[in-house]
Amino acid sequence: MADAFKFDLVSPERLLFSQEVESVVIPGTEGEMTVMAAHAPTMTNIKPGVVTVNAAGGGSERYVVFGGFADILPEGCTVLAESAVHVDEINREDLARRIQEAREDVADAEDDHTRTRAEEFLAQLTTLEGAILPA
Amino acid sequence: MASLKDLRNRIASVKATQKITKAMQMVAAAKLKRAQEAAEAARPYAERMGAVLANIAGAVAGNDAPPLMAGTGKDDTHLLVVCTAERGLCGGFNSQIAKLAREHIRALLGQGKTVKVLCVGKKGYDALRRDYSKHIIDRVDLRDVKKIGFENAHEIARKVIGLFDKGEFDVCTLFYSEFQSVMSQVPTAQQIIPAAVPAGEEAATSSDAVYEYEPEAAAILADLIPRNISVQIFRALLENAAGEMGAKMTAMDSATRNAGEMIDKLSITYNRQRQAQITKELIEIISGAEAL
Repeated sequence: MADAFKFDLVSPERLLFSQEVESVVIPGTEGEMTVMAAHAPTMTNIKPGVVTVNAAGGGSERYVVFGGFADILPEGCTVLAESAVHVDEINREDLARRIQEAREDVADAEDDHTRTRAEEFLAQLTTLEGAILPA
Repeated sequence: MASLKDLRNRIASVKATQKITKAMQMVAAAKLKRAQEAAEAARPYAERMGAVLANIAGAVAGNDAPPLMAGTGKDDTHLLVVCTAERGLCGGFNSQIAKLAREHIRALLGQGKTVKVLCVGKKGYDALRRDYSKHIIDRVDLRDVKKIGFENAHEIARKVIGLFDKGEFDVCTLFYSEFQSVMSQVPTAQQIIPAAVPAGEEAATSSDAVYEYEPEAAAILADLIPRNISVQIFRALLENAAGEMGAKMTAMDSATRNAGEMIDKLSITYNRQRQAQITKELIEIISGAEAL
């Protein structure tokens, strides 16, 4: 039984999750990482993906996040998500709409730098779609 | 002198108006509660964002700071983002924001700077259009938005950042009304580009721990600052929404009270006139009888 620590998942619109947890899997831009208690202080960007929370009392929750930022301290971890939803509440249309928007961004991009970033975001979204909504 | 019938009509119309203002007050009260809740729900995010930003800004050496934070090194062109409500009938709420913006514009023009204005909300646009229409470069309409979401703010932020990337302005200031209580909203000007990192907060952030950054700090900061701008705009919009409803509630409350006073006055005049007429008729009958 690993030590518990405090995990907060906040989106600009509300606080989604704030509880003691055992471990959290965060989709960092440099790869997924599992955070446990007494983790070294770290800051990382998040790509669109799934945050898996393993609660201290057992049981796990999954949230879909669309980009954001994680602030990890030994005593707790905060994920600032641009937009986050519980995995049960995600629907196909919403995701399809986001992908559509990302496509438009790629088309609208005016210079190479923004295009690369938009393409990267689109690719992450489509991977995410494949992962959480099996066809 | 108005006739009895006129007075009666007048009273009926004031009563109808009073009913409307009363209803508007109650609607505003209900919406205010929701707007306040939304503003409160957004607070944890904004607070943590501020803390993280202060922390990371300290880690990035001055020279590496992205232009959104360091600025362009000039302050020749100012962009003013003026956030107001979409609707009127909320007392001095909109005009207060517009007034503050107007003062700023005048001061900046006096210093020989170029001023550009981005209006969010119809009322601010209406107020500024008269004097400074050639400075207004764009306007954002939130008329059809029932509940302000982060997307709305994000869109505005993208517009602002897009303009910045094109070198359209050097300094960006956000105008909105800070919600203090139902009775008082304070028009506020806040500089968002270059981002002013509160120096005092830096010391307040949790620990002096050495952070690991993934990817490196500068890259995170480059990603974080546009996000922070969205958050600031989102906060401004929420504060505005709550403030608007508060102002509307107060305005409609006093309108209802005024209508009540007016009804009382009119009723007295009406009763007096009615009594005068009765007396007049009586005198006529009596003097008629005496003459016989």
